[in-house]
Amino acid sequence: MAALLEVAGLEAFYGQTQALHGIAFALEEGSLTTILGANGAGKTTTLRAICGMVRVRGEVRLLGERIDGRATEDVVRRGIAHVPEGRGTFVRLQVEENLRLGALTRRDRARIAEDFERVYHYFPRLKERRHQQAGTLSGGEQQMLAVARALMMRPRLMLLDEPSFGLAPLLTQELFGILARIKQDEKVSMLLVEQNAALALGLADHAYLLETGRVVMSGLAADIREDENVRKSYLGY
Amino acid sequence: MDLFIQQVLAGLANGAIYAGVALAVVMIYQAIDHFNFAQGEMAMFSTYIAWAMLNGGLPYWLAFVATVVVSFLGGLALERIVFKPIQNAPALSHVIVFIGLLAIFNSMAGFIWEFTIKPFPSPFPSAPLFGNTLIGTHQVGMIGVTLIMLALIWVFFRYTDTGLAMRAAAANPDSARLVGVRVGWMLALGWGLAAAIGAVAGMLIAPVVFLEPNMMAGILLYGFAGAIVGGANSPAGAVLGGFLVGVIENLLGTFVPWIGNELKLSVALVLIIVVLVVRPSGLMGQRVVSRV
Repeated sequence: MAALLEVAGLEAFYGQTQALHGIAFALEEGSLTTILGANGAGKTTTLRAICGMVRVRGEVRLLGERIDGRATEDVVRRGIAHVPEGRGTFVRLQVEENLRLGALTRRDRARIAEDFERVYHYFPRLKERRHQQAGTLSGGEQQMLAVARALMMRPRLMLLDEPSFGLAPLLTQELFGILARIKQDEKVSMLLVEQNAALALGLADHAYLLETGRVVMSGLAADIREDENVRKSYLGY
Repeated sequence: MDLFIQQVLAGLANGAIYAGVALAVVMIYQAIDHFNFAQGEMAMFSTYIAWAMLNGGLPYWLAFVATVVVSFLGGLALERIVFKPIQNAPALSHVIVFIGLLAIFNSMAGFIWEFTIKPFPSPFPSAPLFGNTLIGTHQVGMIGVTLIMLALIWVFFRYTDTGLAMRAAAANPDSARLVGVRVGWMLALGWGLAAAIGAVAGMLIAPVVFLEPNMMAGILLYGFAGAIVGGANSPAGAVLGGFLVGVIENLLGTFVPWIGNELKLSVALVLIIVVLVVRPSGLMGQRVVSRV
């Protein structure tokens, strides 16, 4: 069986600048894979490349079908939910409208109502604030809204770009706890980009390590977590 | 006192038209950050289409609806054919294309239908409503039709998925793509709506100013003033601004002798300048702060 997501020889470009130099990895259905690396290693670019938000060369396959070179909205409509860096909140819309937007491309109208409840169950605070303008939420709440919006799509694959960014440690703990529950209950596959390596490795099944646009190491998250050399030289903890 | 009420009501009636034009302008401004200078000529052209249909023997309201539909499709096509190819071009290119369209619509209308001034029928009876002496029936109709149109548009944006997608696309195109919104088509829809709203405004004002290729020149200026007073990125603000401009213009024209009818149009220009200097975001607009 083909992997859910398969990336081969992927290169990405911002204008003349090349940000990815032929990276390759695969992600099995139902698994959580994390991409680690320092600032500028190409983590965010990898996610953007999958979604057709930057110019790419190479192959990206979703369940065996090529999706590279497609428009972002077409990639998204195939079941990839991208929780972007900076959360992508629609600040002037209500919280509930943000969630409605997540479900915009779905055909199964009848099940959307129950998905609102499902999502509010993970994020009760969003339910309390569902009629507020999303811009009035705190950073942590906006991050939760971004994850919730992605869940409303009922995606096959969620791309999470540094969900811990700018959050207080306690909030980060809470958010990762919820992500762990979502992974277990929803059987949605996730590709997680993180600066906080310890946290990401605790949650992930597989890990890839990027350095200046190349994969320099890959393996089971548990193995990498145990390897003191790797931890000290690449992950800094 | 009667004169005062009369002038306020007349101002509201004109203001309804300015509100419509302002809303059309804002619809496009929200999406591409430019004022569409051709908005007035587009509305004028739509009005000529209505006139041609009426001349062809169509009943008024059928011609009205048909014109709105044709204008909507025309606006849609205009975005796809003319503006999609230059979507990443600098602001000045857009301005030049707007001015080009203005000239094209203006001379095409003159070429097809001649530049002579034509009367345009009102669907409302000429007898005063309930025998009142304060406001004409057509004026009441202008306000009424505009309010109905505004209510429909509000419902569309507030309660339909397409309306929500359009708001998302205008507010944050990148994020909108990430939830699967086809941003380019939302932009085209915005143009279609703007053209349709403009068509309604044109058909309503034509019985008052008469039909000719330059009929919308002054009205577009008032519409711009309305959009700026209300806040160029707020549809509700644009509507409020349009009504305000209508009333202010009429009251100043009536009660300040040295303004009179001759300097009325300057009121719009002065309003634009004052608002841009004192409160650039307008009454209800949101300040946009960008990091550079």
